[in-house]
Amino acid sequence: MPLSKLKQEFLYPLLALAVFLVIARFFPPTWAFKHKPKPGDPVITILPPAPQLRLNDLNGQALNTASFKGKVVVVNFWAAWCTPCAEEVPQFIELQHRYQSQGLQIIGISIDDSDSELHNFYQRYKINYPVIAGDQNTAQAYGGILGLPTTLVINHDGFIEVKHVGATDFAALEKEVVALLRARAERR
Amino acid sequence: MLLLTFLVPALFSAAQNKLSPGSPQLIQPDELVKAMQSSGGQKPVVLYVGPRLFYTQAHIPGSEYIGPVGKAEGMDTLRARAKSLPHDGFIVIYCGCCPWDHCPNIRPAYQELEKTGFTKVRVLYLANSFGTNWADKGYPTARGE
Repeated sequence: MPLSKLKQEFLYPLLALAVFLVIARFFPPTWAFKHKPKPGDPVITILPPAPQLRLNDLNGQALNTASFKGKVVVVNFWAAWCTPCAEEVPQFIELQHRYQSQGLQIIGISIDDSDSELHNFYQRYKINYPVIAGDQNTAQAYGGILGLPTTLVINHDGFIEVKHVGATDFAALEKEVVALLRARAERR
Repeated sequence: MLLLTFLVPALFSAAQNKLSPGSPQLIQPDELVKAMQSSGGQKPVVLYVGPRLFYTQAHIPGSEYIGPVGKAEGMDTLRARAKSLPHDGFIVIYCGCCPWDHCPNIRPAYQELEKTGFTKVRVLYLANSFGTNWADKGYPTARGE
C-alpha cells in the first residue's frame, strides 16, 4: 500500500481520534456528566459550615462562635429599627429560655443600629442571649445578608441547616430546633 | 396640636395607600431592568435609600447610595441629591432592607420626593427583601461602595 493511501486511510483517522480523546479528557462534553437520579437514590445535601468568629457582645464579653460547637445555635440578624425584627425578639427570648438547658444557644446580630438604640432595646427587653453589633465582615461570614430579619439554624456539628429570610415562622423554627436538639441528645 | 394628631397619620396613610402592591407608583424588577437597559427612552436615576451594609454587599448596578431615609442623615442626603435632579426626571427609589409593609425608608423617601414636586418617581417593589426579590432572582447586582 502506498504511503499516501496509508496516511489517508489509517494515520489521519487515528490522529483525529487521538486529538478528540485529548480534548474530551480536558474539556468533557456536558452530556458526559448527566446523571439521571433514579427513585430511591440517596439524596446528598452538602451543608455549609458556620463561620468561626471572635466577637464582642454588647456587654463587652468576648464571644468565640467556635465554642458553641456541640450546641444547636440560632443566629438572628435583626435591627431595632426593623419593626418585624423587633417584634420577634420576645419570641427568641422565650425560645432561649425554653431550650437553653437542652443545648440551644441564640445569638442576635444587629444591623445598622446606633449604640444607644441597641443598648436601650437590649435593656428594655432584657434579652437573655448575646447580642452583637454586626458589620460587613459578620454579614459576609454568614454567606451575605441582604434583608432583615434573617435567621440561620446551625446544628451541633457546626453546619448551617436552614436559612430563614423574612418574618420568622416560629412554629417551623421551633420544630427544627427540637429536631436538632433531639439528634444532639441521641448522639451523646 | 389636635390638627397634627390627625394630619400626620393621615399623610402616612396616604403614602401607604399609594405604595400598596399593584399601585401605579410601583415598578417591578423586570420592568426596571428593561428601563435601565433600553437604548432609547429616558433612563432612570436609581437611588438606594437603605442601610449601607446591604448596599456594599449587593446593589443595583449604577444605583446611587443615599442611605437610610428613615434617619435624619439619610433624609438630608436625599434632599441634597434631589436639588440637582430635574423635577420631571425619571427617578426610581428602592430599599429592600425588610418586608415591604415595614420598610422604614421607602415611604419617607417617596413622600419627600413627591412633596418637593418630582413627577416621575417610581418605587421598586421588593415584597420581602432585596436578597429574595432581586439578587436571588438573578437580576444584575454589583458589589462595593
